[in-house]
Amino acid sequence: MHGVNHMTIPIRKFDTLVIGAGGGGLRAALQLAQADANVAVVSKVFPTRSHTVAAQGGMNAALANVLPDNWHWHMYDTVKGGDFLGDQDAIEYMCHAAPRLVVELEHIGVPFSRLDNGKIYQRPFGGQSQNFGGAQAARTCAAADRTGHAILHALYQQNIRAKTHFFDEYFAIDLIKDDEGYILGALVLEIETGEPLIIQAKTTLIATGGAGQLFRTNTNARINTGDGMAMALRAGIPVQDMEFFQFHPTGIAGKGMLISEAVRGEGGYLVNGNGERFMERYAPNAKDLASRDVVSRAVATEIHEGRGCGVNKDHILLKVDHLGSEVIRKRLPGIRDMVMTFLNIDPIDAPIPIFPTAHYTMGGIPTNRFGQVVVPQQQGAEEPVPGLYAVGECACVSVHGANRLGGNSLLDIVVFGRAAGNHIIEYLKENRYSRVASQCSIDAAVAHLARWDQRGSPMGSGASSETVDGLRNELKAIMDHYCGVFRTEDVLRAGLDKMLKIEQRLQNVYLRDHSKVFNTARIEAFELENLVELALATVASALARRESRGAHMRMDHPQRDDVKWLKHSLFFKGGMLDYKPVRMKPLTVEGFSPKPRVY
Amino acid sequence: MLDRPRLYWQCRRGMLELDILLQGFLDTKFDALAVAEQHAFVELLDYPDAILLEYMLGRMIPTDPRIANVVTQIRTPVES
Ligand SMILES: Cc1cc2nc3c(=O)[nH]c(=O)nc-3n(C[C@H](O)[C@H](O)[C@H](O)COP(=O)(O)OP(=O)(O)OC[C@H]3O[C@@H](n4cnc5c(N)ncnc54)[C@H](O)[C@@H]3O)c2cc1C
Repeated sequence: MHGVNHMTIPIRKFDTLVIGAGGGGLRAALQLAQADANVAVVSKVFPTRSHTVAAQGGMNAALANVLPDNWHWHMYDTVKGGDFLGDQDAIEYMCHAAPRLVVELEHIGVPFSRLDNGKIYQRPFGGQSQNFGGAQAARTCAAADRTGHAILHALYQQNIRAKTHFFDEYFAIDLIKDDEGYILGALVLEIETGEPLIIQAKTTLIATGGAGQLFRTNTNARINTGDGMAMALRAGIPVQDMEFFQFHPTGIAGKGMLISEAVRGEGGYLVNGNGERFMERYAPNAKDLASRDVVSRAVATEIHEGRGCGVNKDHILLKVDHLGSEVIRKRLPGIRDMVMTFLNIDPIDAPIPIFPTAHYTMGGIPTNRFGQVVVPQQQGAEEPVPGLYAVGECACVSVHGANRLGGNSLLDIVVFGRAAGNHIIEYLKENRYSRVASQCSIDAAVAHLARWDQRGSPMGSGASSETVDGLRNELKAIMDHYCGVFRTEDVLRAGLDKMLKIEQRLQNVYLRDHSKVFNTARIEAFELENLVELALATVASALARRESRGAHMRMDHPQRDDVKWLKHSLFFKGGMLDYKPVRMKPLTVEGFSPKPRVY
Repeated sequence: MLDRPRLYWQCRRGMLELDILLQGFLDTKFDALAVAEQHAFVELLDYPDAILLEYMLGRMIPTDPRIANVVTQIRTPVES
């Protein structure tokens, strides 16, 4: 083994290690720090640069400040929006807790926008209804268009005040455990110095966010490489429901940034390479304003069948120029700024090239509603892994089921961040003494760390031309093409083949730069490994699920199949798939049974 | 202070829009800047993401002319 001798790796000890400083991690850390637990938070970027800052739309809670509302209606919408794959106990818990969490956030300084009467303003969002599927509801609370930013900054300030210990720009590599399977922290790397550190803790919470970087066209920040999910996989924990990835129909082609539905709301429409307004064929009534999954599928189908636009026929055009300069300037100024900045075209003169863009990871590390990571064991399908918790986009609790509703994710991260914090406090009371990490678990993590210290051209194989950048680009293109919106048995099978080859080729990648200080190439190599694990999980889960539900659309199995497929999938490292039942029984109310999802 | 790999990591932000513009600028134009402009870029990276986005989309203009200048350069599209 090169360079790293684990006897010399320093160890720091805490009650809790939180991996990730987005809204989920910081909400949990705050709960713990306020209860006087000794908490460490590691983040690969400075905490307030976590992806939570990107959330502009807002956070759902049935406050009924604008229109009548109650948490039970919110629960119904969430169950239905998730195409009945969500766990109804967790959904009840979340929707019931929502109003209280908004008030809490307000108390710690989140400046929610207000109505004239002083109450918190709420805007209507897609998928929200009154009275179990009736008229539109208005449930989304927002701090202007900076809700995520406001939440993240408030939580960070509070954590500083509560003396949470931050390890900024530290990269988590792998979990560490003892012989009985208790998770006891992680091996991390200080990015600045390149030095490893073992953070040993009685409890560990993974809050590393989503994995949008699996796809070439995505809306996510580049940090979203799903590291925590891959760490869980390597620790023997499955990932759940990975086939469910939400695509937004109108991302800027080749770049991924979101062009909001507002453009189509104002009269913009989509055309294919023949200049045809094709949505009329797919959704004669709603046309371009049909729901996200319907429009995404139509766009993908047009491109797949050779009717795309451009030299490579690889995108569709969103036409807005017919609306006229005045309307565009007045009603869509933000979109115009964005298109002019990123495409160097003015939508007043020219149509916008678009492609469905990967937006949200519904799947993740399986947890219960206390944030405990749960896995199938002899005793049952959901046995807690002692000492390990997960919250936020990296977790699958599962409140979003097969499809997340806008505004429910910020809610998810604060509700379950807080719940996990509370559960950890109880756990710490019962587990006062530190356990001893097993040598073999530390050795495995250290060996993984040393992988990227290896030099090129291993025995006889000659120099390899594979690079991290090259392989990552291929992986993302494969995911776009073979595991995007347009899924069939053949397409997915080909995708799985290609991903298995990528996994093999990863063995031939060596770094040129072996310096220690700020070696970001090394960090990106670890991220690529994580993406490879998750890409395999996503394609394999999608190939196995022969039905269409929520965001998972199989052209060859277009119907939802509740008889065979009303169950969560679990993918294990190595490729094994298992399934477990959906929790259809809420905590206090009656469950909602599956019915067709029509809007 | 102007250590490249560190700057590269500082350009990793919470929003894709910022990643693309800041990393793109670092890769293609940063080296050609005057030293004072390079320092202004480093200072710019300390701003919160939400403010950076406003600057980058041209919705807000920094009051400090040095920062405003570097923002203008980032916003000027690269010929491709
Ligand atoms: C453009 C966009 C707009 C959105 N708008 C909304 C909205 O309006 N409403 C809504 O509800 N949701 C919205 N979402 C979704 C929502 O923003 C995210 O799901 C949510 O913020 C995720 O929070 P998190 O705490 O789970 O993770 P994140 O905020 O992604 O934080 C992850 C943290 O983990 C750290 N990390 C990751 N890997 C490692 C590692 N290996 N080592 C150390 N640290 C690591 C990162 O540094 C970061 O601190 C939007 C998403 C996008 C892309």
